[in-house]
Amino acid sequence: MKESRVPYGLLALGLALLVWGSYWGLFLAPREAYMGDVQRIMYVHVPTAWNAMLALTFAFACALLSLFRDDPVWDARLEGALEVGVVLSALLCMQGAIWAKPTWGVWWDWDPRLTTTAVLVFAFGGILALREFVDDPVKRATWSAVAAIIAYVDVPIVYFSVKWWNSLHQTQSSPETVSRAFHWPLRINAFGMLFLMCGLISLRARLAFLRREEETA
Amino acid sequence: MSHLAAALRKDLLLHWRARAQVVAVFAFGAAALLLFSFAVGPETTVLREQAAGFLWLGLLLSSTLTLAESFHAETEHRALEALLLLPASARALYYAKALANALALFALGAALVPVMVVLYDAATPRIPALLGIILLGAAGLSAPGTLYAAMTSQARARQTLLPLLLFPLVVPVLLAAVKATSLLIHGDPMGQLRAWTLLLVCFNVIHWSLCGLLFDRVVED
Amino acid sequence: MVTGRNGSGKSTLLRVLATAARADRGTARVAGHDIRDARGEVRRRVALLGHDSGLYDGLSARQNLDVAAGFLGPAAAARVGALLRDFGLADRAGDPVSAFSAGMRKRLALARTLLKDAEVVLLDEPYGELDPPGFRLLDAALDALQARGATVLLATHLLEHGRQGCDSAIVLEEGRLAWSGPARDLREPGAAP
Repeated sequence: MKESRVPYGLLALGLALLVWGSYWGLFLAPREAYMGDVQRIMYVHVPTAWNAMLALTFAFACALLSLFRDDPVWDARLEGALEVGVVLSALLCMQGAIWAKPTWGVWWDWDPRLTTTAVLVFAFGGILALREFVDDPVKRATWSAVAAIIAYVDVPIVYFSVKWWNSLHQTQSSPETVSRAFHWPLRINAFGMLFLMCGLISLRARLAFLRREEETA
Repeated sequence: MSHLAAALRKDLLLHWRARAQVVAVFAFGAAALLLFSFAVGPETTVLREQAAGFLWLGLLLSSTLTLAESFHAETEHRALEALLLLPASARALYYAKALANALALFALGAALVPVMVVLYDAATPRIPALLGIILLGAAGLSAPGTLYAAMTSQARARQTLLPLLLFPLVVPVLLAAVKATSLLIHGDPMGQLRAWTLLLVCFNVIHWSLCGLLFDRVVED
Repeated sequence: MVTGRNGSGKSTLLRVLATAARADRGTARVAGHDIRDARGEVRRRVALLGHDSGLYDGLSARQNLDVAAGFLGPAAAARVGALLRDFGLADRAGDPVSAFSAGMRKRLALARTLLKDAEVVLLDEPYGELDPPGFRLLDAALDALQARGATVLLATHLLEHGRQGCDSAIVLEEGRLAWSGPARDLREPGAAP
């Protein structure tokens, strides 16, 4: 894995876009008619949701490649993707709670998407814990890849089961409804977060790769 | 195919020889059910309402003991490795162990039903259906559970890792089994039992195939 | 015969050759098959007795052998009784292994290793934990193996046992080959050749 300036460039670009998009969305964009200022969280929440799913999907791809190719690079990328994915998912849950309290009066309202995300935090976070307790790097790579594949395949099942479980109680209740006019800050933030995420995964993967080289030296 | 038969014979023998432990695990499960009632309070209506949840939580917690133990004998003296070197099919070893574990968990679940009936005043006339749900739930816990037990039996902090990895994964099993059991106890006016049973079946089909495919990578160097 | 100090890599070498452990680099061919590409073929022809007995403590001696024989076929199943007798375990065949002494476990582990009709037999410190009658049983088994043309790789640091029965020897030092030659030329470490 070569040392490169590109991730830092991505980080800088991503942060810049996030600052721009967030400022626009949080301060400049018009107030939403029904929900008020609370709805502005959507400018951060929706990009986080997209990128969390993206990170975990990338993790799934890395897991498959790690199992079928003997290249430790994919295990390093898996570690990076898992960590970033878990952090984003945890942020998603926090954002959901921040939105839910003023809107519904409770911190958690068992929305299927957010509840599934909470389960994901534990599922993929558990894999990061697994990595900590396995000393042999080859076993660590194989096992976390296997665990990541099983966890990812489980995601739709978890989502559907939670959806049915909750369907008797309440309907959709998350800050996802977006008026057409407000797309731009959303898109800017989405791309900002995407670049930031790519930069972070890249840097984290390189760190994992270097650590592994040190282990096997 | 004969590998599967040989492996199954081995696992059933091991379970049979360790039957004293089964009693201990049952005691743990029953104690858990008792503790739930202490935590919630002696209000009979509340207990009856939540009985299905308590039953499955008790079974879930007990399952970690059974699953972890199922690999203790295999790793103690590297017996599993010795079998793999014969060579024995890793897939056959997995399915045999997962089946044996599923049966053990089913027996445990069925044994906890009377405890549930007594402590929570929650019973159902539809016994075959209830046993069916317990079997599907036990199988759903066993498929990924056996795979993760194999993994964690060789890692450090194994007692913490197994539940940590397994519990998020089997959320669908917990939800579906609790709902289905609850419907059997309290009645099913809208005919939802079918949907939840289907969810359990789907979960089982997906995980029994997927984990069977991946087991080889987990136990081989 | 493979010998060397503790930690020199004898056990690892045997495990890699038996495909029980993976090698980071390099290749090897055992019984005519590559250990990486044809793992199943190697396993069919190789038997390993490692440091761990591979036994189930909860099962009896006979059950342990029966379980292994179940994967090997009817020919192996027929050998179970004879092996129990050959290793002096016949009168305790029904007892659980957890009640066995270290020496008896070793005998059972040896019996289990020989259940397979292997071309190559890898033994890691087989004389450890055995008593003098056990030594004789093991020597008899090794003679029988040689008589039917099997290759035996014996890892031991007890040079006297190896020198008598083995044809050639290698000495390992910190994972590297330090010496190889006829077994009778092997000397104690540090002594002049």
